Amino acid sequence: MSNPDIKVKDISRKTGQLFTLETKDLPKLPYPYEDWEEPPIEELSEEKRAKYETNLDGIMNVQVPVPKTDEEKEQLVARFLIGLRKLLSKDSNWTFLRPLMLSLDNCVKCNTCSEACPIFEASGRAEIYRPLFRSDILRRLVNKYIRPGGKLTAKFTGADIDLNWETVSRLAQLAYRCTLCRRCAQTCPMGCDNGLLSREIRKLFSQEMGIAPSELHKDGTIKQLTTGSSTGITPLALADLMEFTEEDGEERTGMSCKIPFDKSGADILLIHNAGEFLSWPENIQAFAIIFEAAGLSWTLSSDFVGYDSVNYGLFYDDTQYARVTLKHAETARKLGVKKVVLGECGHAHKAAMAIGDRIWLGESNVPRESCMATLEDIVLNGKIKVDPERNYFPVTLHDPCNMTRSMGIVEPQRRVLRKICPQFREMTPHGVHNYCCGGGSGFAIMQSNNFPSWRSMVSGRKKMAQILNAFTREELDPKVNKYVCAPCSNCKGQIRDLLNYYDAWERCHIQYSGLVELIANCMTDAKEGFIEWDEFH
Amino acid sequence: MVAIQYLTIISVVVAFAAMIIKALRYAMAPQSMRWELYPVPHEKGKAEYGGSYLEELDWWTKPRQKDLFNELKEMAAEVILLKGVFHYNKRAWCSSWPFHFGLYLCIGWLVLLLLGAIAESTGVRVAAYGGAVWQILYYLTAGFGYAGLVLSGGGALGLLIWRSSDAAMRKFSSPIDYFNLVFFVVVAAVTLAAHLTADPGHAAMRSYVHAMITLVPVREVGTLLMLEIILISLLIMWIPLTRMSHFVAKYFLYHSVRWEDEPNKRGSKLDQVLQAQLARKIGWGAPHIDSEKTWGEAVTENTKHE
Repeated sequence: MSNPDIKVKDISRKTGQLFTLETKDLPKLPYPYEDWEEPPIEELSEEKRAKYETNLDGIMNVQVPVPKTDEEKEQLVARFLIGLRKLLSKDSNWTFLRPLMLSLDNCVKCNTCSEACPIFEASGRAEIYRPLFRSDILRRLVNKYIRPGGKLTAKFTGADIDLNWETVSRLAQLAYRCTLCRRCAQTCPMGCDNGLLSREIRKLFSQEMGIAPSELHKDGTIKQLTTGSSTGITPLALADLMEFTEEDGEERTGMSCKIPFDKSGADILLIHNAGEFLSWPENIQAFAIIFEAAGLSWTLSSDFVGYDSVNYGLFYDDTQYARVTLKHAETARKLGVKKVVLGECGHAHKAAMAIGDRIWLGESNVPRESCMATLEDIVLNGKIKVDPERNYFPVTLHDPCNMTRSMGIVEPQRRVLRKICPQFREMTPHGVHNYCCGGGSGFAIMQSNNFPSWRSMVSGRKKMAQILNAFTREELDPKVNKYVCAPCSNCKGQIRDLLNYYDAWERCHIQYSGLVELIANCMTDAKEGFIEWDEFH
Repeated sequence: MVAIQYLTIISVVVAFAAMIIKALRYAMAPQSMRWELYPVPHEKGKAEYGGSYLEELDWWTKPRQKDLFNELKEMAAEVILLKGVFHYNKRAWCSSWPFHFGLYLCIGWLVLLLLGAIAESTGVRVAAYGGAVWQILYYLTAGFGYAGLVLSGGGALGLLIWRSSDAAMRKFSSPIDYFNLVFFVVVAAVTLAAHLTADPGHAAMRSYVHAMITLVPVREVGTLLMLEIILISLLIMWIPLTRMSHFVAKYFLYHSVRWEDEPNKRGSKLDQVLQAQLARKIGWGAPHIDSEKTWGEAVTENTKHE
């Protein structure tokens, strides 16, 4: 390990990069990757390093501009301190003040959380990625700089940390080395939540200092609130795209693939993650043929923002989160639907159903349902005809953290898979104890600089190992087709990148996609071969 | 009344006041967003695998199926056996469970001393050779006391050794963490020594409690017993002032956050409370937020970047 003895107070160290990840420290992957050699993570260009802070670990996914003068540094530190106070204010942070206070005040520092964290483990136990390391920085800063008498008692209470620009800039980066999967919180004997604290740090930087990854903010929620979608697809472009998707779907399946829009008074408003429109149109098609075949009354919306369930605000900013989710609520209310069904997107589920439960208020409180429940009803109650033999290949299931650990939606998707996939098997561990895909909290869409390498090598490493371990050695032979079912758009993107990075299509012939694709693949009224095995996409 | 009696009264008052203030601070924090974490034990028929009512088709049309017995069972396992620590950190459990269980026994010991003192104020004699009920009370008091002190003192010592010998634990431990554990070890050791040498049947301690509840000056107690009373009083006062009083917070951590999955319904009281939160001033200063607006205005009106 390059920097084995890093301590929390080193976060304010004035010199250089705090930690460098060395690939030799990473734990080995299972068969057939025992001899897999990781290339070193590429260094950022001089130009980038001069422009943005990389003083944590040399990895960049949040762009923290380098201050030009010492005076500017001091102003930014002062701004951070103002933000810290607002984080503890009933007005500015009513949304999460209670859980924040509880997690700040009551950690007994037993380190149980560390053993649950896939990033800490997969990094070769790098100190800076320990869940407690990050949360203790925040805790110490609050105890020393906000609590009365904090500076006087700092040595005794363990709040010995200096607040300077190095602390602030490194903390901003460190908040984006956690996928907010909350596996650590699940194991905390007290119930403290390091994932929540990471998100609170992200909020402080975004809501007070305007610092957030461009993929989440400028090219995420801001784009969504100005064009209608985080992908930039406008309502007009969507109509063209869906026309082609319908035609292609009907050609592929020989079934009706009608995608209705803006049907006032329909029973269901289905909202997809707009990533599906561009990257996985077969997901949209599968939903359409299943819903049509089951005779559901359903519609999509072409309303501004109403056709894209993405809500990256969930990951970093309460105000942006609320703006987006209220647009979804407004769309549902205007259409007069009986319920909103969330498509295969974990964070959209959590944004609209769990957290949204506290902000879709009054008339806007249109009931929301997971597509897992809708699909279970269709498949298990015989509303469509299926032939499980069409899915006679090894299938394993990835559990999206937001859907399982944060919402308890665990069994419907399994009951469907048990019915339609004779070779379904679980990953270990699974369900609410799953490992994050490594792309959680927006990581999956962060494709710039050297972050994708870190994401594949570190945050996705446990998931890659889990995927490999779900199949036998014989099944891992590239002659055998096998399938990772990831019923979440962001997880799917991350698993695609993981399989690409590890060349798993060529080496093992592992394909990935969602749940609806498996259902469509075994519908007896559809042509065979909905899932394509001739290429990786 | 003598000085140590005043100290005991102050310690009890401070302890209760600090715990109430702490509980009120959490209880009176604004209604927050939902942030539950599964498994949630009151999800009837689903808790075992971590499921929730959100798995159901048209879940809002069905009556909530809550399994409060399972929730109580989970709470009991957590409080009495420290189930979570056992499951996820056995090394910690080996010291933490005896420490906590020992503290429960010590609380039981104080309650039994109080019961004995009340009984004695009616003229009964709580002793090894008294009536059957009072004999049981006598032996229970001694049993709870000795077992509690050994377990809590031993557990605190174990935690101290673990915290100071494990490299990762050492990094995150502060002087106050060591001080707290040493404090427990010392109190347990002094109390044990006092009773083994000067008050094996806990009669003197019962007399002290009797003097406290009847507000009469205590008769002279020995040096060790006096030291015991001073230390216990200081400890009772100290615990709620530190994060050792996490038992107060744990209730809120579980019931207000981790297991809080009550759905909001149109027109409900919760809905009204949440609507009221939107009138709070947003205050944040980033370019995409107008700090002067209320939450309701800021998240529904056209935003700065639109």
